[in-house]
Amino acid sequence: MKVKKFLIGLADVFRFIKRFFKEVFYPPFEIKETLRQCFLLGNRSLFLILFTSFLAGIVFTKQSRPSLASFGAESWLPSLVSQAVVRSLGPLITGLICAGKLGSNIGAELASMQVSEQIDAMEVSGTRPYAYLVVSRVLATTLMLPLLVVFADIVALLGSYLMVNGINGTSFTLYFNEVSAVVTYLDIFSSLIKSAFFGFAIGIVGSYAGYHSEKGTTGVGKAANTAVVVSMIFIFVIDLASLQIINLFRVQ
Amino acid sequence: MRTETDIIMPAPSQPRGNAVVEVRHVSKSFGDREVLVDFNLDLFERENLVILGKSGTGKSVAIKIMVGLLKPDSGTVNVLGYDVPTLSTKELNALRLQVGFSFQGSALYDSMTVRENLEFPLKRNLGIYNRSELDEKVMSALKDVGLESASNLSPAELSGGMKKRIGIARTLILNPKIMLYDEPTAGLDPVTSSEINELILSVRDKYNTSSIIITHDISCARETSDRIVGLFDGRNKVEGTFDELKKQNNEELKPFFNY
Ligand SMILES: Nc1ncnc2c1ncn2[C@@H]1O[C@H](COP(=O)(O)OP(=O)(O)OP(=O)(O)O)[C@@H](O)[C@H]1O
Ligand SMILES: [Mg+2]
Repeated sequence: MKVKKFLIGLADVFRFIKRFFKEVFYPPFEIKETLRQCFLLGNRSLFLILFTSFLAGIVFTKQSRPSLASFGAESWLPSLVSQAVVRSLGPLITGLICAGKLGSNIGAELASMQVSEQIDAMEVSGTRPYAYLVVSRVLATTLMLPLLVVFADIVALLGSYLMVNGINGTSFTLYFNEVSAVVTYLDIFSSLIKSAFFGFAIGIVGSYAGYHSEKGTTGVGKAANTAVVVSMIFIFVIDLASLQIINLFRVQ
Repeated sequence: MRTETDIIMPAPSQPRGNAVVEVRHVSKSFGDREVLVDFNLDLFERENLVILGKSGTGKSVAIKIMVGLLKPDSGTVNVLGYDVPTLSTKELNALRLQVGFSFQGSALYDSMTVRENLEFPLKRNLGIYNRSELDEKVMSALKDVGLESASNLSPAELSGGMKKRIGIARTLILNPKIMLYDEPTAGLDPVTSSEINELILSVRDKYNTSSIIITHDISCARETSDRIVGLFDGRNKVEGTFDELKKQNNEELKPFFNY
């Protein structure tokens, strides 16, 4: 019985995703609403992401230094940190923060619209609520996550530079020369693609949780909660999967 | 338990126009819970039909089926000549333009102002973006519900009665042929309730609508109805004008009349 319910739920999710790809190409396009959502969600999460990435850059540098120093390899610090930040730390921090902040926001917002029958009201006036509410949000998270990751990477590296500079006075140019020597286009490109998938997962999971929320006020809380938990799981899964795929491209 | 003789269907006392809604043998369950059981209904042109019944008998479900928000498990639903459960998205939208749905909880879009609420269907369904045309339609709909001054307020700033009116204005703006009112007076004080009742009557006069009014408020039923259908345990079991039903002294209707 539980298995059957789970499978029905899974089929439902796939239908929801399929609908996204159908409606995203169906005019009129939700350009204005998508841009509005892009702005809103960037506005909501940017500060927290910058702050956290900056701290993460500092902490990671500080913690890696002793182990590198014990090999006498302290000069590798910029290379190590920059690869870690671009490949993994930046996208992961951004993804997790957005899952928490944007996922819960989308889930709760759509759920309260569902519970108060606003989505039904849009439906019966023929105003295509899925396109207006879901397509715009999913597009916005998918487009904005890579952009936010770029900011996160830059700020994390900046934090790390300040740390390195404080320890041994490495100059800005030297530091970033070393960074650009190790970070490849593949690193950057794959991390951006990966973040777009993070964004898609956050948007679609949040929307699904909200759109299909249970009636009543508890439904809203539950939807927000589901949105966060499930999209975080998805982020780790995507991260792992993308690592496997990217390793195929890397020259070993 | 129940037999066919329970269903009392008096012959129509006056000639009627065409049926704009025809519901036949509709059943609907959620899980094991049977909500509608062999539900039948006709709505005639320019008629105000009240569906009377206590909470949880499937009144809202019945009208949601009529606009395709829910699909019946069996039976046929014909609205303005459309076979609702089989419609494509496009046909559904064409039908929904002609059917206004006033929700039980008003369902105003709370991230938008009153004006934006009314403009939303105009823009997104009719594709009207011309500022002066929008303004004109919005103001005329607000005037019809007596709330011209509210156009820049947000839904959170409105009282319950005002919300109901704005919800009605938002559907009137599309010039519907059929209006479905889900508990238009629920949760309102008697004075505001009777204002809403008058609004329902004036909407019929001005827009020539046929309406279904769902309620458990007997004074709403008395003031707005041409005909009443009683819905109990998912079946429509009694039918008649207000006075006819009052005389019938039906067991299940009694609590409504002896309020
Ligand atoms: N989408 C749904 N999913 C599951 N159950 C539902 C759904 N909609 C309605 N129900 C159930 O159907 C029954 C009838 O609901 P409905 O909303 O039609 O009642 P109602 O007659 O309108 O009552 P009220 O006066 O309280 O609005 C309720 O028991 C409700 O729990
Ligand atoms: Mg109801």
